[in-house]
Amino acid sequence: MAKYMDLMPHQIMRLVQIGDAPAEEKVLGCAALWSCAGCLTCTQRCPKELDPAAVMDVLRQMAYDRKKAPPNQKKVLAFHQAFLKTVESAGRMSEFSLVRRYKMASLDFMSDVALVPAMFARGKLKFSDHKTPGRKEVQRIFAACRKKGDR
Amino acid sequence: MKSIGYYPGCALACSGIELDLSIRALSRLAGVELREVEDWNCCGASSAHSTGHELAVALPYRVLALAEAQGQTELLAPCASCFSRLKGTLVRLRRNPEMLEKMAGLTGRPCRNSVSVVNVLEYLSRLLKDGLADKLAAPLKGVKVAAYYGCLLSRGEGIIEGDDPENPTGMEAAIRAAGCEVVPWNFATECCGGAFSLAKTEAVVDLSAAILGDAEKAGAQMIVTGCPMCHSNLDMRQRAVNAVGRGTRPMPILYLSELLGLAAGIDPKTIGLDRHFTDAMCVVGRSV
Repeated sequence: MAKYMDLMPHQIMRLVQIGDAPAEEKVLGCAALWSCAGCLTCTQRCPKELDPAAVMDVLRQMAYDRKKAPPNQKKVLAFHQAFLKTVESAGRMSEFSLVRRYKMASLDFMSDVALVPAMFARGKLKFSDHKTPGRKEVQRIFAACRKKGDR
Repeated sequence: MKSIGYYPGCALACSGIELDLSIRALSRLAGVELREVEDWNCCGASSAHSTGHELAVALPYRVLALAEAQGQTELLAPCASCFSRLKGTLVRLRRNPEMLEKMAGLTGRPCRNSVSVVNVLEYLSRLLKDGLADKLAAPLKGVKVAAYYGCLLSRGEGIIEGDDPENPTGMEAAIRAAGCEVVPWNFATECCGGAFSLAKTEAVVDLSAAILGDAEKAGAQMIVTGCPMCHSNLDMRQRAVNAVGRGTRPMPILYLSELLGLAAGIDPKTIGLDRHFTDAMCVVGRSV
């Protein structure tokens, strides 16, 4: 995914080391954080044995909490929010609920509509939610994490 | 191995259903009982670890705690992403007992972190060694296969063990046992874009096109994977790859468990071979 990034992972690591206010602004506001798929290649190959993938996770979490993600990444945020809402409500992810919530949040209504009938035909999309009996407990876990200023 | 704990994860109920069907069919054939964790929840996947540290640990922790409380010692997580989250949590909590205690408080479920987590490649290798290899009565002789590991079945310190992350070979014995030939290629551990299928479809199509193109160039007749996200990106997005003018000839994308199921002579529909977007029934000379 590096080819889609405005800052390369090694540049992000350097800015974290610098750590002053302009560096922080630049890192938390960059689009690259939201183009990282968590493929772990950077951590696997870092010649300094850093763990950039874990650092990227923390930076994303900080950027998310402080609402620093740039507007051109709103679809990625919409996806994460739709995914987590689905899990919080049912305990498990269901593709149909996820896609419905994602489309409402991203306003990206038309993409992949043509795939929907084929997905139903193949049993790869179901209307009913995939609920687990302990979803109340899962909801409590979400609430507890939120309370700690975490999402 | 008489039985093993089973964490199917969310994708295997729906978009990755072939992986579930083929794992269940092979386990039946091998006489291994899959004991599904009761009341399991989602591991949180990319979305939890992108937005909240505690949630990203708490969700897999609850699954590990449930499995332990239900008397399980080993847990099979066939989805590469679930596996990486569950085992990553286990490894992290082993290194950080304070976090383990904190999670017990947060979830209300104490856990000794005693369950080990097994991925699909490890599980299938074990089935083969335990006698499944002798049951592969319908090998797909001479079919050329590109073994695609992607990210989460090749990388992760302390998570992937006993294989070379830069040049993994963990699938090869199984592919050869199915009668096929493993072709050398360049994209075995490249990323397909993973969970960006919806939010960054163009990137996923671009990366998938590169993977499909290299497999074709290497002479592969199919790509074999273990990951539901890789499968969905390479299989379902193949039409979009064609639409941007980077198409290959139709490339069937099989789960390793589907390939072994076919080699064992299991009915292709039982393992979901007819549910692919890019025709895979052609592999056994049948139409959907």
